[in-house]
Amino acid sequence: MALSLGFHIVFAAIGIAMPVFMVIAEVMWRRTRDERYLALAKQWARGTAVLFAVGAVSGTVLSFELGLLFPIFMKHAGAVIGMPFSLEGFAFFTEAIFLGIYLYGRDKVKPRWHIAAGVIVALSGALSAVFVILANAWMNVPTGFDWTRDAGGRLIISNVDPVAAMQSPMAASQVIHMLLAAYMATALAVAGVHAWALLRGRDAELHRRALGIALAILIPTALAQPVVGHWAGQVVAREQPMKLAAMEQLVKTQRGAALHIGPVPVPKLLSIMAFNHPDAEVRGLEEIPRADWPHPVVRWAFQAMVALGTLLGLLALWACLRWLRRRRTPWWDSRRLLRALMVCAPLGFVAIEAGWVVTEVGRQPWVITGVLRTAEAVTPMPGLGYKFAGFALIYLGLAVTVGFVLWRMVKEAPR
Amino acid sequence: MMLYDWLALAMLGALALYACTGGADFGGGVWDLLATGPRAAEQRALIEKVIAPVWEANHVWLILLVVMLFVGFPAGFAAGATALHVPLTLMLVGIVARGSAFVFRAYGAPGRVRARWGRVFAIASVVTPIFLGLSLGAITAGEVRVAGGIVVSGYFAWVDWFPLAVGLMLLCTFAYLAAVYLCIEAETPALQNDFRRRALAAGITLGATVWTIQLTAGPGTAHFAERLFGSPWSLPLQLGTAAAALLALASLLTRRYRLARVMAVAQVWLMIGGFGLAQRPYLIFPDVTLGAAAAPEATLRFLLGALAAGALVLFPSLWYLMRVFRR
Repeated sequence: MALSLGFHIVFAAIGIAMPVFMVIAEVMWRRTRDERYLALAKQWARGTAVLFAVGAVSGTVLSFELGLLFPIFMKHAGAVIGMPFSLEGFAFFTEAIFLGIYLYGRDKVKPRWHIAAGVIVALSGALSAVFVILANAWMNVPTGFDWTRDAGGRLIISNVDPVAAMQSPMAASQVIHMLLAAYMATALAVAGVHAWALLRGRDAELHRRALGIALAILIPTALAQPVVGHWAGQVVAREQPMKLAAMEQLVKTQRGAALHIGPVPVPKLLSIMAFNHPDAEVRGLEEIPRADWPHPVVRWAFQAMVALGTLLGLLALWACLRWLRRRRTPWWDSRRLLRALMVCAPLGFVAIEAGWVVTEVGRQPWVITGVLRTAEAVTPMPGLGYKFAGFALIYLGLAVTVGFVLWRMVKEAPR
Repeated sequence: MMLYDWLALAMLGALALYACTGGADFGGGVWDLLATGPRAAEQRALIEKVIAPVWEANHVWLILLVVMLFVGFPAGFAAGATALHVPLTLMLVGIVARGSAFVFRAYGAPGRVRARWGRVFAIASVVTPIFLGLSLGAITAGEVRVAGGIVVSGYFAWVDWFPLAVGLMLLCTFAYLAAVYLCIEAETPALQNDFRRRALAAGITLGATVWTIQLTAGPGTAHFAERLFGSPWSLPLQLGTAAAALLALASLLTRRYRLARVMAVAQVWLMIGGFGLAQRPYLIFPDVTLGAAAAPEATLRFLLGALAAGALVLFPSLWYLMRVFRR
């Protein structure tokens, strides 16, 4: 499950963001009549087609695996958080329908409808992400139901309110944090590819335009992300104190807690960051049994996410400054910037994976915080190890093939 | 009818829509595998061209079906997913292989690599429907037993002749629908004739598999058979299905392809409708009824509301998609 999710999250992120790129390129083509924008829209659409298809099938695996691997979780949670999943189903349906029209209908529908189809793809992609994250937010801080355990220890859920379940206190910050991450990571990857092409001296006019669009999305999202991330962290501090403690591996409950940046402690910074006050009390892991402490990897994943977020924010700032001074020297002349973009291309996705580890592993040992433990929810099916290995091989093969197919597209693109 | 009956009806509708759209895409893969004769390459090209714009949208019916199942009948989904873990997992592998092989073929390298992805696409298209049918057969035939919310029949209860026969029947149904559709989409008379022959062959084979299923029926299917053949609605349903099937074959013989398409779709809808009526009130025969597995009333009400609202967006969009790409 974790494996499928970790695989799917990358494709989902690209599936959310890539349609925005192709639509912007197409709108630019309509406005400027510059054929290079059309070429770009078509290239990006081809990439989107491959990534969307793989995202769609890996998403199908996920929807089944919820039941295949966590039947007990679904039995209890299905009724409560089914709403976002069913709404997501419709959003995904809309996305698939209009992507079909966008990809294959260029000569069959009026240009205005063609762009409209692209816009619908982009919007419904974002919307399906919102619904899925609402369900995840509910797992982190569940709302909208009452529960008890009967004499045999079995979970009984009552008074289900599906609408309240979609309004977990985690929802807003998680949704915005993840959407920004999707746009940012994809923009960075796109920028990296086109920076590489520029460095190799490919069709400069085309790739400059591509890089321009990518940076126009990368700069605002990468600059906003640290701020939103800080907000998301404060919500975690308030709603999931033990996850925060795991992120810092803070054992003792204390006032004026320090934040470690790598191995270096900065006094009182954790209290300031989490609660806006240098002497605020931060709760430590000692409040829960040792066996319930989340795996320490949470801390390293958190550090990695924050470090990458900071790095990418600085990169965006650099690109932004170059852009502001574009009158004096065109920004694409900075080979250093291009090289940096190229090197950093995959880092957005690394940050997404790290952030996902923080939120998921940080919730352990619970699958629904405070209500249902992961170990209780998992299928009794034996031999899951083989299945895990099998799916790992399939996903590895898919990832390699997708990389190969995309690489071929980039290489054979018009020079 | 209770709320959960309406939901079950919506699921049955989604299953029928999936069979007639996404199912036919799998059927296309079957004809890709069986492409023969001087026009084999043309047959494959036509199948690819017809499927490409729509298969992802068609596939979502299955996702929607699963979502309705786990939201509306969480306990039934949990039991079914546990007992049918193996065939469902194999089906998922097939879905992943089919979909990704299809795009890799379309966008990857030409030549040998392309042919190899085509082969993966075709084989996965054959295997996947069989496992879907196996799973449907298993919940019909009393193979899956549940006591106190826990599956007691093990992980291989679905290994039996009846589920296998249902799997083969589903495969034939998909192949039949695909061949009928392709008769209309074919651009040359020669290609049209190829698929006309295939449609006739598949239609007759489908009839044969339906009879095979009766041979494999055992004590587990007695209830299902009794409901299917002994209910007040049985006679009209059987007559209607038979009439649609014969009319479809007759219109294929007389080259009235549009009429054949209408009749073939009607036949599949009636078959699935019969399955639903005979299966009611069970979700998993004989231990899990729809009522027992259903989610709380509030959830069902919201889900049905969401389905109705979603349908308002969905059907016009689908209509537009079909209008753009279908003849």
